Amino acid sequence: MSTKTKLPTGQEAVAAKGWLGAHKWLILRRFSQSSFLFLFLMGPWLGIWWVTGTLAGSRTFGVLPLTDPFVLLQSMVAGHWPELTAIIGAGIVLAVYALVGGRVYCSWVCPINPVTDAAHWLHDRLGLPKGWQPKRSTRLWILGTVLVVTALTGAIAWEVVNPITMLHRGLVFGMGFAWALVGAVFLFDVVVARHGWCGHLCPVGAFYSLVGRKSLLRISASGRAACDDCMDCFAVCPENQVISPALRGKSGETPLILSPDCTNCGRCIDVCSVDVFAFTHRFDNHVKDTELVADKAA
Amino acid sequence: MLSPAPMSPARRRFLTDTARMAGGCAVAGLGLAYLVTDARALPAEALRPPGALPEGDFLAACIRCGLCVRDCPYNTLSLAELGFDGPATGTPFFTARDVPCEMCDDIPCIAACPTGALDPALTNIDDARIGTAVLVDQENCLNFLGLRCDVCYRVCPVIDEAISLELSHNDRSGHHAIFAPTVHADKCTGCGVCEKSCVLPEAAIKVLPVRLARGAAGEHYLKGWEEKDAKGAPLVEGIIDLPDRLPGPGTDNLAAPGGFEPAFKLPGASQ
Repeated sequence: MSTKTKLPTGQEAVAAKGWLGAHKWLILRRFSQSSFLFLFLMGPWLGIWWVTGTLAGSRTFGVLPLTDPFVLLQSMVAGHWPELTAIIGAGIVLAVYALVGGRVYCSWVCPINPVTDAAHWLHDRLGLPKGWQPKRSTRLWILGTVLVVTALTGAIAWEVVNPITMLHRGLVFGMGFAWALVGAVFLFDVVVARHGWCGHLCPVGAFYSLVGRKSLLRISASGRAACDDCMDCFAVCPENQVISPALRGKSGETPLILSPDCTNCGRCIDVCSVDVFAFTHRFDNHVKDTELVADKAA
Repeated sequence: MLSPAPMSPARRRFLTDTARMAGGCAVAGLGLAYLVTDARALPAEALRPPGALPEGDFLAACIRCGLCVRDCPYNTLSLAELGFDGPATGTPFFTARDVPCEMCDDIPCIAACPTGALDPALTNIDDARIGTAVLVDQENCLNFLGLRCDVCYRVCPVIDEAISLELSHNDRSGHHAIFAPTVHADKCTGCGVCEKSCVLPEAAIKVLPVRLARGAAGEHYLKGWEEKDAKGAPLVEGIIDLPDRLPGPGTDNLAAPGGFEPAFKLPGASQ
């Protein structure tokens, strides 16, 4: 670790690349999240029905069906064989996330992400301890539990408590007490467990991570030779266990972040003042050598 | 036999962690199962859209997307909101007294459903069985009081089939008729227009879920008169048909004038 470790996260990057350059992916991500939400709100708010429905199932321009594959999987496990429309919709969604990374859903689409990001921001500002940190695999256990409960009760189980669809449906159709559930997730992430919900418990994220196991779009620490150990990427990454194998890899080891836990949020690219990280595809094992990086920096 | 070797710390940790995770998931799973089971309790006044599968199957099939709600041209349907409405969160329902189902010929809600939670096998809206109308309160129904309200009968989309007016004598006035609105469950779609239109402050006719509205005959029950008609002959061969003892003159029935005196009289009895 270098002395720079003590600086606030991203400060060097702001100095090196400007505020906009150091927040590019964050801004794009917020834009993406609000766009997806706005598409659904255009109907009820403006009467423009390009997209109808919710994240669980929707219809775009009257023809394109999209279905949440996790909800549909539960439906099948519960013993219902859905109509073709829903199956096609889920197939399209699965194909897209299998290509761009399953947890791209988490960081670029899911409406709970801004909530837990805000919780993390507050958590940092208050300087709270990280609190309860169950294993990352807990969410896979919960995913399994949800499927078992679905099979035993014969009803789609997670939708009874899923804060994602409840928040989204609440915004598009009417909130009821769903805000209390969202507030609970926020509070949980602030005071009980840092990155608790998205990082450890949410079975939807776990499901999408499995979908994106072999995804094409990946972040590579291709400039790892230039790393000055400021630790900002570890500080900003919501799943920072995924960084080490790529960043600290010895020569010959891939610089690609291949863990399915990576959400492709791109914050590591933002906060790195020496541009270690970049989006690329999973077959790009290229590592920039030190001299080249040094030349560029000079 | 080998003496048990001390367990390696790694193995011990693995087993402890697995047990802890499985135990935690069992607790969480029980809680979730309770909530899921609890969500099955559909309130009687909450009606599912036409073609909805039976409630148990519906909760396995409905992904709570809201497309049926959006495609309903009369804004009849809404999605249940957590804590405010009784049905399982996010599932579509309507309350007949607020907005009834208008029974569209093209059934757009079923066309919108991507999963088949609303069964596409229902193509004729007259075959829908959303619920069954029941005249729940004869004591307040204006027609039963002898007035000619008739509103539920008039508004019924299946008039004279699902609801008919059955005449009987009005004993109160002595010289009027009672036109009793009578629901015929085999034709009633449960659309709820009658309940919506009932002029009373609280409707006397209500659409109930079929499970509440209807009884059910035993599977082995046969109606003798129907069987007899179907056979075209008495069901038991060679039965002797004895004359019936009807009340009236020539019998020992005292209620009828001209009846015989009974052979034995109770002591102290006035008659």
